[in-house]
Amino acid sequence: MVAVQMQDDLRRVLDDEGRVLPGVKVPELSEETLGRMFDTLLLVRTMDDRMMRLQRQGRLGFYMKSIGEEATHFAVVPLRLTDWVFPSYREQGAWFWRGYSVENFINQMFGNEKDPVKGRQMPVHHTARELNLVSISSPVGTQIPQAVGAAHAAKIMGKDDVAMTFFGEGTSSTGEFHVAMNFAGVYKAPVVLVCRNNGWAISVPTERQTAAKTYAAKAVGYGMPGIRVDGNDILAMIQVATEAVDRARAGDGPTMIEALTYRVQGHSSSDDPSVYRDPHAPEPWEKRDPLNRFRTYLKHIGLWSEQLEGSIVERHNQSITEFLGKSDKLGAPPIESMFEEVYEHMPWHLAEQRDWLLQQARTKSPHAH
Amino acid sequence: MPTMNIIEAVRDALRTEMRRDPRVVVLGEDVGKFGGVFRATSGLYDEFGADRVIDTPLAEAGIIGTAIGMALYGLRPVPEIQFGDFIFPAFDQIVNELAKFRYRSGGQYPCPVVIRTPVGGGIRGGHYHSQSPEALFIHTPGLKVVAPSNPYDAKGLLLACLRQSDPVLFMEPKRIYRASRGEVPEDDYTLELGKAAIVREGTHCTLLAYSGMVSIAEETAKKAEAAGISVEVIDLRTLLPFDIDTIIASVKKTGRCVVLHEAPRTCGFGAELIASIQERAMEYLEAPILRVTGFDTPFPYTLEHEYMPNADRTLGTIRKTLEW
Repeated sequence: MVAVQMQDDLRRVLDDEGRVLPGVKVPELSEETLGRMFDTLLLVRTMDDRMMRLQRQGRLGFYMKSIGEEATHFAVVPLRLTDWVFPSYREQGAWFWRGYSVENFINQMFGNEKDPVKGRQMPVHHTARELNLVSISSPVGTQIPQAVGAAHAAKIMGKDDVAMTFFGEGTSSTGEFHVAMNFAGVYKAPVVLVCRNNGWAISVPTERQTAAKTYAAKAVGYGMPGIRVDGNDILAMIQVATEAVDRARAGDGPTMIEALTYRVQGHSSSDDPSVYRDPHAPEPWEKRDPLNRFRTYLKHIGLWSEQLEGSIVERHNQSITEFLGKSDKLGAPPIESMFEEVYEHMPWHLAEQRDWLLQQARTKSPHAH
Repeated sequence: MPTMNIIEAVRDALRTEMRRDPRVVVLGEDVGKFGGVFRATSGLYDEFGADRVIDTPLAEAGIIGTAIGMALYGLRPVPEIQFGDFIFPAFDQIVNELAKFRYRSGGQYPCPVVIRTPVGGGIRGGHYHSQSPEALFIHTPGLKVVAPSNPYDAKGLLLACLRQSDPVLFMEPKRIYRASRGEVPEDDYTLELGKAAIVREGTHCTLLAYSGMVSIAEETAKKAEAAGISVEVIDLRTLLPFDIDTIIASVKKTGRCVVLHEAPRTCGFGAELIASIQERAMEYLEAPILRVTGFDTPFPYTLEHEYMPNADRTLGTIRKTLEW
């Protein structure tokens, strides 16, 4: 992995320490928005820490952290609630920013009776229709043409909604990525395609995914702009996302954003990067940590204090503790629910299979969680 | 009442629904100005415009992937896959995405997409223009699979598919697209999904068929009649969920059954039908249920006529159950 250097085409607002770069325009964000951004960043980091600890204790089956990559989630900040987001599985911040609750997040982790997706998907596969956050699936890239379709549908229906989709740099190797980029370009669809280049697709480094100089360069082949941005710079993320969303909404078509960041920890709770990566590799990136940089910026403009941060983290921790406690008391979804919503109305063969299962002796889950 | 062929009936259903429901859009390769390689969407572009009759780039995964996004957002897309043989680049979008959206989202996101595609052989198309891939999709929880055999059913079933919210694979029998003609009401009508039709009543043996094989089944029944054998022909029409009640009632009456399909035999839909029948009507059966199917080979070009099931083979198989 080549340490990414700050080439001319990389958009930045903050330097590695969080000071505003000379001559750079800072996006206009209200104090309230800046405060919410910081609050949400801290929620993601607190949640990730708590969930990973639960996973390590054997109380949660699976988890995926986004430490070091959280700033990329804030591409959703310029979106309206009527706009649509087609996420991958590592955008917790986008969910919380749009209003997804800690309660729903935790209930989904445990697949319990209050899980919004009714225990039908493994952890981190959320859905929130009321927030236009579309159901996550594990196969990578399938969401990209879907986002293009939703964006094109908005155009057909005469609405000025925009769709945004997230995916990793590894996903740019899939057919779905290329197909979707091409459809987006041809349709001039109001869609923003955010490629989070975190350097690693599980164990495979970025140079095994592409021979192109950058991922953003791929956009040229599809007749759309490709913008590279420092993905650890939350202000730059919002700046380029705002430009792309405005462009889409104005009818000027799609934009691909390559957000340069780094996966400083494992792909998921099942991963062990020490097997394939120099343990010192993340160090330069840890120095560019997006939370540290944003904190420094807030401090500089007088919006940060140790006490403020402490109280936010404390509030998030309390909330997580509260809903973990509630979740502990919740049971599994009812057995019948396994057969529901396969179709709008249950066909005879599913009813027959359900009735048969209900007559069998109950089976105990071999899993502790 | 006007007569139509299957292509015209499909087009009539699309036009009827597009006039009634502004959310319905058609998309696919060559479906716009050209009206589709089989002309199923002919005239729709002129009537409804480029926003509702969409010529797509040439990529099936993109056609289905974008159709899913359109459906989630609020449209009722009807993508056309030009030949059933070309559906596989979209397999993941159909099996893992389209068919699972409602379920995996906890019921939050229904995904009403009706995929139309021509299937079956007999047109000198070789392996890549002749396949019958229904079993792969019947094995997919969350999908409905519909396979009409004639113009009247094609219109009524397609309209029914467009007025419910589950994803459907609508398979059209291309060999008889034009050869099958019949009366089709100009009015709006729907046929209930999941209901088979008894095409011809009989007492000695039940013959189950669907799609392009129904005409072979009828031909078989006529030949059988001349030989003094009374065959009950059932057109399944919907393959998932299939009409178990009609099938079982018929088999209980006749005591014998033959399943006829064009697709390869092993793990074909016939296997499921036979398993389901013997679970429910074993004591009524006078003979094993037999199959007349395509072979477990790729679909051949020159020897296509040998591959395709026909009336003689089917009658021979019915005789075998009668003589058992």
